[in-house]
Amino acid sequence: MAENIGYPIGPGHQINEPSDFNFVPKSKDEMRIPIGPQHPALKEPESFSVALRGERIMGVDVKIGYNHRGIEKACEGRSFVQDVYLIERICGICSHTHSTCFVQAVEELAGLEVPKRGLYLRTLVAELERMHSHLLWLGVAGHEIGFDTLLMYSWRDRELVMDVLADLTGNRVNYGMNTIGGVRRDITKEQVENALKVIDKLEEQTKYYIQLGTEETTLIQRLSGVGVLSHDDAVRLGAVGPTARASKVDRDVRRDDPYAAYGDLTFKVVTDDHNDVYGRTLVRLGELMESYSMARQLLKNLPDGPIAVRAPRKVAAGEALSRYEAPRGEDVHYVKSNGSENPERVKVRAPTLANLQAVSKMLEDRYLADLPIVVAAIDPCFSCTDRSIAVADHGTLSWETVRQWGIDWYKQERGIDFTKIKWGKQ
Amino acid sequence: MATALFNMLVFPGFLFLSVVSLFAEYFDRKLYARLQNRVGPPWFQPLADFIKLVAKEEIVPSEADRGMFNLAPIFALAAAVTAFLYIPLWNLSALASFKGDLIVVLYLLTIPTLTFFLGGWYSRSLFSAIGAVRSITQLFAYEIPLFVAILAPALLAGSWSLSGLTAYYSAHPFYWLFNLVGFGVAVVALLGKLERVPFDSPEAETEIVAGSFTEYGGRMLAYFRMAIDIETVVGASLLAAVFLPFGFFASPVLSFVVYLVKVFFIIAVLALLRTVFARLRIDQMIVFCWKYVAPIAFLQILFNLFLKGFVLG
Repeated sequence: MAENIGYPIGPGHQINEPSDFNFVPKSKDEMRIPIGPQHPALKEPESFSVALRGERIMGVDVKIGYNHRGIEKACEGRSFVQDVYLIERICGICSHTHSTCFVQAVEELAGLEVPKRGLYLRTLVAELERMHSHLLWLGVAGHEIGFDTLLMYSWRDRELVMDVLADLTGNRVNYGMNTIGGVRRDITKEQVENALKVIDKLEEQTKYYIQLGTEETTLIQRLSGVGVLSHDDAVRLGAVGPTARASKVDRDVRRDDPYAAYGDLTFKVVTDDHNDVYGRTLVRLGELMESYSMARQLLKNLPDGPIAVRAPRKVAAGEALSRYEAPRGEDVHYVKSNGSENPERVKVRAPTLANLQAVSKMLEDRYLADLPIVVAAIDPCFSCTDRSIAVADHGTLSWETVRQWGIDWYKQERGIDFTKIKWGKQ
Repeated sequence: MATALFNMLVFPGFLFLSVVSLFAEYFDRKLYARLQNRVGPPWFQPLADFIKLVAKEEIVPSEADRGMFNLAPIFALAAAVTAFLYIPLWNLSALASFKGDLIVVLYLLTIPTLTFFLGGWYSRSLFSAIGAVRSITQLFAYEIPLFVAILAPALLAGSWSLSGLTAYYSAHPFYWLFNLVGFGVAVVALLGKLERVPFDSPEAETEIVAGSFTEYGGRMLAYFRMAIDIETVVGASLLAAVFLPFGFFASPVLSFVVYLVKVFFIIAVLALLRTVFARLRIDQMIVFCWKYVAPIAFLQILFNLFLKGFVLG
């Protein structure tokens, strides 16, 4: 373990220097404005310190780490089955992403063969989740550029897919669908028919959004040429998901390394060569259409049989790495087992962490007005990203040192003395 | 004297204007909501918001210039209300009028924007400062097209007074049809003046929180919001008087209804425009205004000069 202090990215930074975040203008015509940790444009706590000359952005410092929850450490103290539900709560949007990714790693360790029907249902929920995530993104993007009508429309339609998810799994967000060895709920014929009906409706609506995206002038003006990330930069900075695919990086785990039922499905990986926010919008709209087709294939060809196999309490020793194409890009989970009931180490690399490096590149020489949409265009999920990060200067620290360091850090930086706070009964 | 005071303070002055403005805000919000497939607020919501804000604690940032900070909203309100007195509503003449009151009304309607700038600037907040600068930058983009568009009908009428202008157009029915292009320009400029989507970058929530109003709260914010509501109605009334000068009947009730229909028609157009557009960046807004809107406004002037000199003259 090492410290969770967040890290600034972009040119000329010194990590963990408080002076990096004093918002004092460096010259007379330059000023620094704080976007975050609390700001109307942000749905999660993170901080962008923006150096401005007039309306032009001279540099951006990104600081994350405001929502570190110690989930990885918490996983080590719980059993594999308990961890499935804890891991699911990493993200409030792509919850199924994380639980599937984790479960796949554990299944690999335990050598479990998941029944076909279980895999199909798992994939179905994954694609429905992609639909609701992309529709959510479309609304957020609309809001960031002051186009609230798009927000209201796409979130209204998002309710349809949320209802289907609630119908199939019992929940709107944290579905609790996955378990080690398969899924927990089977679905009936009526549910299949209902889902198919809703998908038809959503497809119709999405076609309308595609038309809107290609015809509405102010929308195109605000999106094209903004947040440019060239193909080479996307590869060099390791961008993933729609962010990379909009820069013509033809990568998709679903096709390149098929998991769950993706090997049985026919779909195409949507790419675009606009390299900008407009391209990212088109990629996500294209992916929505692909998701509808995939969900239809899954619902129509749903095999019969059991939905899960029984999993052992203790998982064989070893380590496994699992990849999953989340709505935001490639999600990676690493699980190490020592043969007991609890994992020895769980490591989560959420897709936003991979995309975050590209943001300061995208913001180079842009206007302040572009900042919200450029940040939103990677579909960031900062709370999911907040993992502990090893900072080279500090070497490897013991658990006690880290704990003491954390207490001191809060005392100095936040004025909270945890040693003085009394917890529970004394 | 008593009648004049009544006219100024109650009808059709301040009180009447406040009621219409609050209703206009409701109308705008409800229409906006319905166009977005939402339910929208109940009819008393603007009044409830106003009362709630007035009742709240007043906080002035310690860095801010207290005098300017508190005076700005009051100036905005006063300027917008004063402008209303010179606009002919449902009579042929306004409450007060003199030669050249058209120019005075336009200047009075510029004052709210200046107070947005001053209020934001003297808040000494970064977000307010950026919003304030954007407000004033935007002013230079829409103000010229608005002036030019409104002067065109006045040129045709040969009068710089709003009452004179209305008299001319009611004497020559259907002449107002010549000014329809100018009407379009004025609606676009009014969107900029009221800082509404697509020209709301001075208070773009997702970038600079609330622009000039970031540090405002309580009573002062309530006054600012009231000033904007009143400015909406006054702006719409001005456009109605200049570009839609018809429907002055012998019966005051009928004329009054026609006036309200005209004003709410303009407000509905504004609501529709803010539904269908995304926010333009400030640079895009300025390019748009100078590249397209201003030339069109000048074309209207040339057209009216030609009309007056060769056809009608």
